[in-house]
Amino acid sequence: MRSMVNKTITGIAPSGIRKFFDIVNEMDDAISLGVGEPDFDTPWRIRDEAIYSLEQGRTFYTSNSGLKSLKEEISKYLERRYNLYYSPNSEIMVTVGGSEAIDIALRAMLDPGDEVLIPQPSYVSYAPCTILAGGKPVYIDLKEEDEFRLTPEELEEAVTDKTKVLILPFPNNPTGAVMEKEDLEAVAQFVIDHDLFVLTDEIYAELTYLEKHVSIASFPGMRERTVYINGFSKAYAMTGWRLGYACAPEELLKQMLKIHQYAIMCAPTNSQYAAVEALRNCQDDVDRMREEYDHRRRYLMDRFRSMKLQCFEPFGAFYIFPSIREFGMTSDEFATKLLKTKKVAVVPGTAFGDCGEGFIRISYAYSLENLKEAIDRIEVFIQELRAGKEPEGIK
Amino acid sequence: MQEKILNYIEKNSRIDLHELAVILGEDEAAVLNCLEEMEQNHVICGYHTLINWEKAGVEKAKAMIEVRVTPQRGTGFDKIAQRIYNFPEVSDVYLISGGFDFMVIIQGKTLREIADFVSQKLSVLDSVFSTKTNFILKNYKEQGTIMVDVPKEERMKMSL
Repeated sequence: MRSMVNKTITGIAPSGIRKFFDIVNEMDDAISLGVGEPDFDTPWRIRDEAIYSLEQGRTFYTSNSGLKSLKEEISKYLERRYNLYYSPNSEIMVTVGGSEAIDIALRAMLDPGDEVLIPQPSYVSYAPCTILAGGKPVYIDLKEEDEFRLTPEELEEAVTDKTKVLILPFPNNPTGAVMEKEDLEAVAQFVIDHDLFVLTDEIYAELTYLEKHVSIASFPGMRERTVYINGFSKAYAMTGWRLGYACAPEELLKQMLKIHQYAIMCAPTNSQYAAVEALRNCQDDVDRMREEYDHRRRYLMDRFRSMKLQCFEPFGAFYIFPSIREFGMTSDEFATKLLKTKKVAVVPGTAFGDCGEGFIRISYAYSLENLKEAIDRIEVFIQELRAGKEPEGIK
Repeated sequence: MQEKILNYIEKNSRIDLHELAVILGEDEAAVLNCLEEMEQNHVICGYHTLINWEKAGVEKAKAMIEVRVTPQRGTGFDKIAQRIYNFPEVSDVYLISGGFDFMVIIQGKTLREIADFVSQKLSVLDSVFSTKTNFILKNYKEQGTIMVDVPKEERMKMSL
């Protein structure tokens, strides 16, 4: 019998921490700092709106690109918050999470052999989606000493005449790094000079703690070179609703829409109705959640400083990315030992690219109470390692 | 800074000073100063505990009483309010717009005790010309906190 499966997909590894997932999920009493989703419930008025939409019998397909009212609200929101101007009729489409938007954008942009610049550490889907779209991922290793920001020098080193797309994953999962206006200016100039395109994944845009987030799409000359991706999962605590959106010049959006049309039809209808309410009336909820993340972020930084654990201060998303190099272990060894002895789960930095070696990702999408207990355990673990002792298990 | 502190401790007054300062990104001594000042000015009026008495197995009764009064020349409603709020059984008194004048909340050990209070102390006040007692049957939410048990769905332990 011939092989049933496609060679490209067999060549792609499953997400690097699958085995780690399995151990954690089997340990009932483990404290996890391992999730990439908000701990808050979706604000009630959003849920209430979804219930209402079901009661009203809004259970049909929407148009392929999404509900008109939702696209209009997205357009207004982007203008209000980020000075971005996209036409709800021809430049915005609603997708099944930001993830779908990433996939179809790459498929609509890449020809075989086109190179895609992917800064790492970063979210796990960029490289696989690039490969599935026939492109070639080219990694840029971001450095802790640059606070994991992307610099023009790094771009210069990675660019070739085959480079077509730059992925810009800021605010960043897993590092929490942000790119500020000056950082982006340099990148924008580089992109224009080299006639590249940008896929900017701004799913964490609402979660910045220093300055308000700035989008590269708002820079002169960048709108026509950018696919802007955002969604409802992180800002509105709506991960399970599977709802995101992409904005792009009409020429490209039309092509993305075809893939979406044939593969997906439309994003879930009741999620779309709920999202209209989110954009119209829930900025206060977003602000409240951001403030609470910020409290936790400060708390963690303070604890890491006092235990002298090397860690750059992140100003975005809800992750903190301390270095564990001093312990002479790999990230995987460190995370495994921490889980087995202290029952605290963190994600090894290598899950987000080889250059994540020497780091662990800690999510603070947990209550302060939870974080305290976990950090207390990590502190003991670290003290034991520093004293050259084998970390002791807890009951 | 005052508002930041108040917003936080309104939900959690037991947080220790160092932690509060860290969380708010403020200097510890400045936070302490601010707290003391607010206590002195009665901006902070107390650090109470929200208790689910039913769960504690302690019998309590609570009623919201709508009171209609005749305001007094010169002192308006304040004098009458004072006659009412000085009773220790009374936990809250609000002047209300609409169909009646005061909303008076009374806590007692039993329904009987509340009934006695209304008939012997409240209704008989000169300025009070009617009362309507609403007994509380079940407390679902108090001061922003849900008081009934709702099972919570668990997230996955790890996700990217």
